[in-house]
Amino acid sequence: MKNKKSRLNFSSGVTSVAASLICIIIGLLVGLVILYGINSENALDGFSRIIKGGFYLMPKGIGTVLSQTAPLIMTGLSVAFAFKTGLFNIGAAGQYTLGALGALYFALVLHMPWYVCLLAAMLFGAVWGAIPGIFKAYFNVNEVITAIMFNWIGLYAVNEIIYRGALGNMYDLKTTKTYSLRNVSPQSVIPDLGMNQLFKTKSTTIAIFIAIAAAIIIYIIINKTTFGYELKACGHNKEAARYAGINEKRNIVLSMTIAGALSGIGAGLYYLSGVAEWNPQVSTALPAMGFNGIPVALLALSNPIGVIFAALFVSHITVGGGYLPTKYFQPEIADVIIAVIIYLCAFVMLFKGVVINAVSGRKKKKAENDPTDNGADGKEADA
Amino acid sequence: MGNSEYIIEMLNITKEFPGIKANDNVTLQLKKGEIHALLGENGAGKSTLMSILFGLYQPTSGMIKKNGKEVKINNPNDANALNIGMVHQHFKLVECFSVLDNIILGIEPTKGLFLSKKGAREKVTALSDKYGLKVNPDALVSDITVGMQQRTEILKMLYRDNEILIFDEPTAVLTPQEIDELMKIMKNLANEGKSILFITHKLNEIMAISDRCTILRKGKCIGTVNIKDTTKEELSRMMVGRNVSFKVDKKPANVKETVLKVENMTVPSKVHKNNAVKNVSFEVHRGEIVCIAGIDGNGQTELVHALTGLEKISSGTVWFDGADISKASIRERSKSGMSHIPEDRHKHGLVLDYTLEQNMVLQRYWESDFQKAGFIKQGAVREYAERLIEQYDVRSGQGPVTIARSMSGGNQQKAIIAREIDKNPDLLVAVQPTRGLDVGAIEYIHKQLVAQRDKGKAVLLVSLELDEVMDVSDRILVMYEGELVGELDPEKTTVEELGLYMAGAKRTTA
Repeated sequence: MKNKKSRLNFSSGVTSVAASLICIIIGLLVGLVILYGINSENALDGFSRIIKGGFYLMPKGIGTVLSQTAPLIMTGLSVAFAFKTGLFNIGAAGQYTLGALGALYFALVLHMPWYVCLLAAMLFGAVWGAIPGIFKAYFNVNEVITAIMFNWIGLYAVNEIIYRGALGNMYDLKTTKTYSLRNVSPQSVIPDLGMNQLFKTKSTTIAIFIAIAAAIIIYIIINKTTFGYELKACGHNKEAARYAGINEKRNIVLSMTIAGALSGIGAGLYYLSGVAEWNPQVSTALPAMGFNGIPVALLALSNPIGVIFAALFVSHITVGGGYLPTKYFQPEIADVIIAVIIYLCAFVMLFKGVVINAVSGRKKKKAENDPTDNGADGKEADA
Repeated sequence: MGNSEYIIEMLNITKEFPGIKANDNVTLQLKKGEIHALLGENGAGKSTLMSILFGLYQPTSGMIKKNGKEVKINNPNDANALNIGMVHQHFKLVECFSVLDNIILGIEPTKGLFLSKKGAREKVTALSDKYGLKVNPDALVSDITVGMQQRTEILKMLYRDNEILIFDEPTAVLTPQEIDELMKIMKNLANEGKSILFITHKLNEIMAISDRCTILRKGKCIGTVNIKDTTKEELSRMMVGRNVSFKVDKKPANVKETVLKVENMTVPSKVHKNNAVKNVSFEVHRGEIVCIAGIDGNGQTELVHALTGLEKISSGTVWFDGADISKASIRERSKSGMSHIPEDRHKHGLVLDYTLEQNMVLQRYWESDFQKAGFIKQGAVREYAERLIEQYDVRSGQGPVTIARSMSGGNQQKAIIAREIDKNPDLLVAVQPTRGLDVGAIEYIHKQLVAQRDKGKAVLLVSLELDEVMDVSDRILVMYEGELVGELDPEKTTVEELGLYMAGAKRTTA
């Protein structure tokens, strides 16, 4: 029975998943209400398209979902990793932008193989993540402020480097974007191992596997290594970490650097798969992929493995939203529904409390009288 | 209104938390105008019971009666409506508000849209005169002493015309003088017809002012006794379930070579421009317990932080086992054989959201016993934690995987002590290691400190408790306003003399 199962696993694992699922379900229901409000006749049809997501248009849709998911996993990991150290990496978008520059420059100008380009993307992102980390650690400047400023500095700098008054050597005058990777430097495209044929797409590559591997590595770093132990200690209680002789300044910088590297890889996976090209004139808004990492991390409660599924889900309904019949619905409806779910993500912790209460309420009747003297002392338990 | 003898009755209260019964069929009856003590070890369920009375928790079963009539208390507002007030152990005051503003917060008297504090001020002044609660209503809470903050909390209850006053371990944060003051105030309140519930585990205080006492042990009600008819020994036996010795049993010290030598150390203060520690020199030897005594806030915290590396010194030298460690990092000091039981177990001592086993290796997770190539050896950590839990009798709901936050204060402290002593340090720096603990745990911790000394280790104890200073230490250094003003032999001095040094009225060293 349930009682036999380890209590710790039960409370942290199942309740977290349950809480995230509650968010998703409520978000979808609100979405349905919105669809009804706009066009009640076609609401159910539209809703089913959103729910089906990539499955609505087999097999191409699935390929699209996969190619969108890979970078989203990376930015989700980036935010989740920083969260573990008690840092809020709102700079994922800027790090992603710099990662894009690194990938495109090494591919379009230097014609390097894809893995070198991916490393470049990682390094560029890492540098952009390290800067707010250094400011936070050594000058006590809030990382949110620095990261937001570096988002915009990064965006305009990258646009300028690529465009250079239409003379940039990555800029294609005909498309007003960067050159298509497949035409200019095919060796820089991430291999697809036949997945493009399978899904009848152009950009479904092994990026998704790289992202999943990254998530597993991050999971191991956080949970199994002394480095992860130190990072989490800093995140939970900076003073106690210091007392234990942990160099918390170094850990803040490292945490932000790694978070930046993860976002950078995300951009690499996106642009090196050839999902899209960079448009320096239109790109006056920060890439949404960077910001969407935040809700993905929240929905996953900062668990790296959870990030994989949260990113899959967000991509799934985003793609589904693209299949809404435009005659009746604007494709932005999907964005609204995602926004509602994202909004509810902020309540994940609340739902988790509700789930834990419900579970403990049921278990209470069966619980034996525990002979140990634990801290049911009110002042310790209520914090 | 009924004409019951009791103003508040909590009958057969049971409260269950997952995995534990915090209160098991507890009955507590409070007479009008009495001071009723609630005594129990850490984790015995005192705070839970009071939280139920104050509406913070709902009992699983049982009934609460006021003046003989059953009442339901679903939240603190209900409690307030029944004239029940509580002074929490950690005060609930807005630091940047004045005393008066804190008192009226929540029930601000208004005229139209505007505050009208005149009436409130008169009422507060009248109350403070009546009960001898000296406070300046216009002082900011952040500027006044802990004792005055507590008086503000008491005034908050009186301003709301509360009849039943709950004091949750009110003396834990006070100096001896402030405790005397509080005792007088509580007597006054009872004489004026207020009924007082007094949560504590300090037997002297119970004997001094209480009329009756209810004893809890492991969530169960052991009994209610009249203080007139009982003794300290009987109370402690009822609380702990066995005989407790109040005297620390120890052989004469066998003092050996110097471990710690501090020369002319000065530490700047973080809160004011003056130095917190001024030109301090002393030595600690193997085989002795040196105690730094003093009233809270005279530089002891900064002194310890400077020794353990948490704060930088501005001048002077610290020698440890013959090496200059003045600029060494916290980790280096820890590695070279210094252990530190910190003053604030929640701020420094534990990562509260970590499990017990993760906290047990907080100072040594990086050692080769617990990690290989950067990967934590989970099995070794578990084994080690289980050994410490067993050896030091650290009690928790789920053993090594218990989240530290959910443990009782006493067991949190035991975990820290287990971790620091098991490091086998040359020097153990223990800052108020028994703060907020019950007699059983205090006895245990004192034994551990003496055992360290007898093993030939050096112990530097920082304490505010005069009894502890006199009983445990081999040598007393008194600290006053950042300076060491005297060195005393506990065998040859008295508590009164020590008090004079602590108050700055007497000094021997230049």
